[in-house]
Amino acid sequence: MINKNESYVRKLIEDGTREDGRGLTDFREISVKTGVIETAEGSAEVKIGNTMVLVGVKMEVKEPYPDSPNEGGFVVDAEFVPLASPDFENGPPGEEAVELARVVDRGIRESHAVDMEKLCIKEKEAAWTVHIDIHVLDHDGNLIDAASIGAMAALLDTKMPKWDADNKKIIRELKGKLPVSDKPVEITVIKIGNKLLVDPTAEEESALDARLTVATLENGELCAMQKGGDGYFTVPEIQQAVELAIDKGKELRKLL
Amino acid sequence: MSKIGAPEKLIVNGKRLDGRELKDFRPIVLESGNLKRALGSGLFNFGSTHAIAAVYGPRNLHPKWMQDPSRAVLRCTYTMAPFSTTERSRPGHSRRSTEISKVVKEALSQVIFFEEFPKAVIDIFIEIVQANASTRCAGLNAAAIALADAGIPMRDLVSCCSVGKIDGKIALDMAGLEDNFGDVDIAVATVGGTDKVVLLQLDGILSKEEFFEAIDLAVDGCAKINDMQKKVLVEKYRGEEK
Repeated sequence: MINKNESYVRKLIEDGTREDGRGLTDFREISVKTGVIETAEGSAEVKIGNTMVLVGVKMEVKEPYPDSPNEGGFVVDAEFVPLASPDFENGPPGEEAVELARVVDRGIRESHAVDMEKLCIKEKEAAWTVHIDIHVLDHDGNLIDAASIGAMAALLDTKMPKWDADNKKIIRELKGKLPVSDKPVEITVIKIGNKLLVDPTAEEESALDARLTVATLENGELCAMQKGGDGYFTVPEIQQAVELAIDKGKELRKLL
Repeated sequence: MSKIGAPEKLIVNGKRLDGRELKDFRPIVLESGNLKRALGSGLFNFGSTHAIAAVYGPRNLHPKWMQDPSRAVLRCTYTMAPFSTTERSRPGHSRRSTEISKVVKEALSQVIFFEEFPKAVIDIFIEIVQANASTRCAGLNAAAIALADAGIPMRDLVSCCSVGKIDGKIALDMAGLEDNFGDVDIAVATVGGTDKVVLLQLDGILSKEEFFEAIDLAVDGCAKINDMQKKVLVEKYRGEEK
């Protein structure tokens, strides 16, 4: 990564200002559009400032795992496609993409928003697997939050195909919604110097000391967390970050 | 939600299934210099979770384009032996191990004086030989011992432990069934027994207040482990003086 502006960004943040004039706890303009991909069972396009993420949901039928014979499955994958940033390269997902996919996965999985038992078609024989694929198309920071709200929007947009049990194939007559019972939202709080802020641009991320992603439910409870970055958070900073994530989560949930 | 194999309760008469109180660790075993070929090594067990770690370097980093002219690069590899779990786990890397390697590397990055070794690489290998929950915590503790044993200059030792919520109560050091069937699992690492948190991962539903209680318990637990890590290192090198 090229951090030519790192010290400049750091200086601004330490003075409590940002290059684009936002307050430390302000998001950039966000839009969430669903139903953007016809070939997907559910989809969403999220824009946060210049960041753009596309999420598609595809449903497949598989035999349930032996230890959960009456449950469906749930898989999140992320691709940082090279057209999104000069820092992204072709090839298998790197550690950043793997981490993003797993953090988004845990935010939704741990919330129990998708009831795995409702995805079962026939015990031990057939159950739906929900594939959530996250495509980062334009990277200007805050990919986790964009991907997380995009994944939730795409799930809420997902319509169920039909399963032809006799011929063992999926018929794409979409009707009825995928059952989703909560709206977990992930907010990532960034620490630069001794300041906490949300929704960093790519440039601000290049100066970050540490980040903490917090997934919250509609009732304000927490369901997943992930700290990243080489720096540290003190316990009071973590408490402050959690409060901030709960507040911002409420704001972003309105877009779903 | 009842899952297959789930015990009815994880706390019976105030005691956990393995007889512990809520704020007890499992028996902890630690060693330094347990491997002879590696420059530095460490061993850390939480009960039947066994981790070993080795450090190689600082050594030259190849290919050259990966070098950083101003500081050393840290590489961290966490792996689980195929026989470490009840059902054989596939050897090699998984998405889970990639993520754990990343967060462990970031946790240790806070303490190492990288600028003393430009263009070099420090490699840390963590091997889980037997798994019974909290493997990343045991692995990180072993890695911190191994780094110190290798003589890598550090600000302090990183220490890690897990806390969780079982049967609605906050408890220290998740084990076995508690990890599979408890409500919440949290891994926390701190620097030098302070409240500087360098690793934090949480899975499961809990309230803000419960989380604040859990993080305080974890920070205390890490401080206790930090004392043990220091003791084992001091004892080893004091022994060598004789």
